[in-house]
Formats: sequence, C-alpha cells, structure tokens
Amino acid sequence: MGGTAHDAIVVGGGLVGSAIALGLADAGLSVTLLDEGDVALRASRGNFGLVWVQGKGLPLDGYAPWTRRSSDLWPDFADRLTGETGREIDYQRQGGFHLCLNEEELQARALLIKRLHNQAGPDGYDCRVLDRDDLRQSLPGIGDAVVGGTFCPYDGCVNPLALLQALHAAGQKCGVTYLPGRRVDRIEGSGTCFAVRSGAEIHRADRLVLAAGLANRPLGAWIGLDVPVSPERGQVLVTERAQPWLDLPTTYVRQMKEGSVLLGDSHEDVGFDTGTTVAVTGDIATRALRTFPALAHLRVVRTWGALRVMTPDGCPVYDESDAHPGAYAVSCHSGVTLAAAHANVLAPAIADGSFRNIFAGFTGRRFDVSAH
Amino acid sequence: MFRRIDDAVRPAGITIWFEGQSLHAQAGDSLAAALLIHDAGAFRTTPVSGAPRAPYCLMGVCFDCLVEVDGVPNRQACMIEVRDGMQVRRQHGPAGVADDG
Ligand SMILES: Cc1cc2nc3c(=O)[nH]c(=O)nc-3n(C[C@H](O)[C@H](O)[C@H](O)COP(=O)(O)OP(=O)(O)OC[C@H]3O[C@@H](n4cnc5c(N)ncnc54)[C@H](O)[C@@H]3O)c2cc1C
Ligand code: FES
Repeated sequence: MGGTAHDAIVVGGGLVGSAIALGLADAGLSVTLLDEGDVALRASRGNFGLVWVQGKGLPLDGYAPWTRRSSDLWPDFADRLTGETGREIDYQRQGGFHLCLNEEELQARALLIKRLHNQAGPDGYDCRVLDRDDLRQSLPGIGDAVVGGTFCPYDGCVNPLALLQALHAAGQKCGVTYLPGRRVDRIEGSGTCFAVRSGAEIHRADRLVLAAGLANRPLGAWIGLDVPVSPERGQVLVTERAQPWLDLPTTYVRQMKEGSVLLGDSHEDVGFDTGTTVAVTGDIATRALRTFPALAHLRVVRTWGALRVMTPDGCPVYDESDAHPGAYAVSCHSGVTLAAAHANVLAPAIADGSFRNIFAGFTGRRFDVSAH
Repeated sequence: MFRRIDDAVRPAGITIWFEGQSLHAQAGDSLAAALLIHDAGAFRTTPVSGAPRAPYCLMGVCFDCLVEVDGVPNRQACMIEVRDGMQVRRQHGPAGVADDG
C-alpha cells in the first residue's frame, strides 16, 4: 500500500479544520492536518473575529440553537486554549450591537429578530431592539445618523489570528501532526480507507474530513459529495492603534484589544478576487464615520479583501459521504463563532460515528430540487 | 551618532521644535533624519507593551518612527518633510479618539 497511516486526516488548516483536528485528537485519534499554504484562499486570515449570535438562524431550523450552543461553549473553550498554549486570544462575551442608520434598516432588522424569536419558540432568542437613546447609554459615541439597533447579550469577539495560532498550538500539544505546504490534489477511497495525495506524498486514514474552505467544492467531488460553497468577498479596513474607546463590538465597527479599529461588513460577488476597491472601502468608511463620528481622527493603515465560504442559505453544510462512509465535508460561513462547537461537538460525533444522526439537518441535500 | 554625508550642501536652515526644544534642521530633511541627527532617542512607545522605539526602515513600512506632529498623533516621521516651526512630540502609546467628532 505505501503512504503514512493515520486514524484521521483533516484537509485544510483554517479555523474549521484546526478546530476539528483538535476535537478528533481529544477523542484519542491520531490526526494529520494537511494544509495548503500562503497561496490558498483563507477566510480564516481575513475575518472580523466576531463570535456572533444575533441575526443568525434563518432559514435553517437547527442553525440558531447550534450557534447559541457554540457561543455557550466559547468561554470554557477560550480558557482551555489559552491555558494549554499560553496564547492570549482576547476573547470577550459582554454582548454586541447591530446599528442601523435609517428607519427601513431598523424595521427590517426588528422584523428579522422577531422572526428569529418565533422560530426559537419557548427557548427565546435573547435579542433586543433599541432606539437611539437606549443605545447612547452604552455607546455614547454614536452619531445622530444612528436611528436604533439591536443588542444581544451572547455576542462576543476574539482576535481571529491569535485564535488560529492557538488552535494550531493546542492541536499540536494534543498530538495533531500539522503539515503545511501540502496541497491535496487527489483523493482515492477504497472500502473505508482513503488515500490522500499531495504531489508525490500519500497519506492514508479510514476517516477523512474535508475542511478546505472554498476548495471543499472541488475536493468534495473525489468523495462523491456536492459541496455548494461559493466565494463572497468582504473588505476590511484597519486603523492605527488608538486608546480603548469602544468596549463592545458591533457588526461593522470593533476595536481590537491592541487598539486598532476594524471597519467592515461589505458583501460582494466578484468570484475569486481578493482585492480591495476604493468604492467599497469608501462606503465602509462613510458608514463607520456616520455611526461613530470620532473615527474621523484615526487614520486607516491597511485594507484587505477576503472571501467568505458562502453556502446558498448562509447556514453551515455538514455531510458524510454516502458513497464513502467515513469521509466528511464541513463548510460554513461563521467559522470563528462555530469553532467551539466544531471542536467540542462536531469532531466527537465524527470520532464516535454519531455524526449522521446528529447533523442530518445540516446536509447539503437540503438544496436538492425536489421533484413532485 | 548620525552626521550629514555632505556638509558642503547647506540649504536654508530652519527650526523645528521637539518636546518644546528648538532644533536646527535643513529644508528637505525628512523629520526622522532631522531628529536622528540630534540624537532624539526613542520616538515613541508601543501601544501594547510600552517598549521604546526609534526609526527602523526609514521608508514608511515599519511604523516605528511615529511621533505627534502639530498635535496630530501617530505620524510617520520618515515620510514627512520638516517645515519651519513644526511642533513635534514623542508618541506615547496609542492615539486618543476624541469624542467631539
Ligand atoms: C471578511 C470576512 C469577515 C468574516 N467575519 C467573521 C466573523 O466576524 N465571525 C465569524 O464567525 N466568521 C467570520 N467570517 C467567516 C470565517 O472567516 C470563515 O467561516 C472561516 O474562516 C472558514 O474557515 P475554513 O477553515 O473553512 O476556511 P479557510 O479559512 O478558507 O481555510 C481553508 C484552508 O484550507 C486549505 N486548503 C485549501 N485548499 C486545499 C487543498 N487542496 N489541500 C490542502 N489544503 C487546502 C487552505 O490552505 C486554508 O488553510 C468572515 C469571513 C470574511 C471573509
Ligand atoms: S522608520 Fe519605518 S515607517 Fe518610518
């Protein structure tokens, strides 16, 4: 046969793959994490770092409770990562805001939150709609352009790059073998054994998890899975470091512990282009300034574009292959938020074989057109 | 520690102010060069650990030359030309975000 044998191979060392590799190692499996490298598209290195609950849920029934569950697991998960690796990840969970700049936006937001309350039923969906005066009590710096917004006490944030480092470090402490510079280009499955090739190198395992972000689509074809992910660009601006000024994150302006302020939340369909444009960064800056006029004092020092791993309904797609049981594909947009649940719930379910029962609702087959 | 390569070339002298002290500079000097000639020491302290820093790359990429110029914080001294009467101060940690807009 040849090739190195492991209990499990995870393809992709972004936030999703690293969290799953850690969880599989916790479950006692020998895990190898194959990761492409600097030329790959990597949302995990360009995101906003929110551990975010509000607004998420529709249209997939299980998504709101899944997000909330991850949010609830996060405090212990963050302690664990820092405890085991010594890496501060600047996690906080003191709530967060979504701010609206006109009445239509606010009404649409209020309607969304109401629908999420209804969907959640008796469990409730703890998110409040606030007017400008309510908001000013916690966010004195908002401008007159802000008409209102929503607040959710479970929202939080983290330093996403520190998180990625900590996940890698914790995984390696728990025995994960991390192999960078391994672009997987071929996967062969025979029975329940998979041969995963990167150039001339072959790795074998009887469990295989694809967590390669946008590359899950082409890689999924090797294991008979149709993974419906496509790129959605977000551009981000970061300012010079400033004194602490904004304690709580909002969906499009947040301050990092070190003082830089991130501005973002654009959504564009531009294929695989990770560039930035003056038009969009200008819109982002304008919106941020109308929301927090004092930002006019800060200079922007960097901008970047990164591609979200977007599914047709924005909710995660988790699948085990029918043709090749033991092979899984895990794709999601909110990989920061879901990191705790991926490590603590999803990975154990892959390890003990209960995945199919637990995650049936998240299958990509929900997008199949049904013929009546 | 630093001296001018060519003492013969002497464009008009100008005065800049560093931490309230007047310093001689020459038109065309970058602010970083003008301060380095006078052994200005640390230009800034970092926002996170408070460590002292001085110009490193002198070409706009490292941000270790940050100073406050005419009341504006976090300016890159290596990218700014001296101007007569310029008021320069060390940059202590992060800039403040004023509330007035
Ligand atoms: C602008 C922006 C803002 C965001 N903000 C947030 C937020 O605030 N909160 C939140 O929860 N989420 C946020 N996200 C989403 C989050 O970043 C992603 O959900 C998450 O990073 C996806 O992680 P991933 O590991 O699936 O994919 P990626 O980060 O794309 O990683 C894929 C990995 O697979 C590897 N790879 C690719 N192809 C191969 C191959 N053939 N062989 C081997 N390895 C391969 C790559 O090297 C890479 O490391 C944001 C995303 C963007 C773009
Ligand atoms: S010395 Fe490096 S940016 Fe000025």
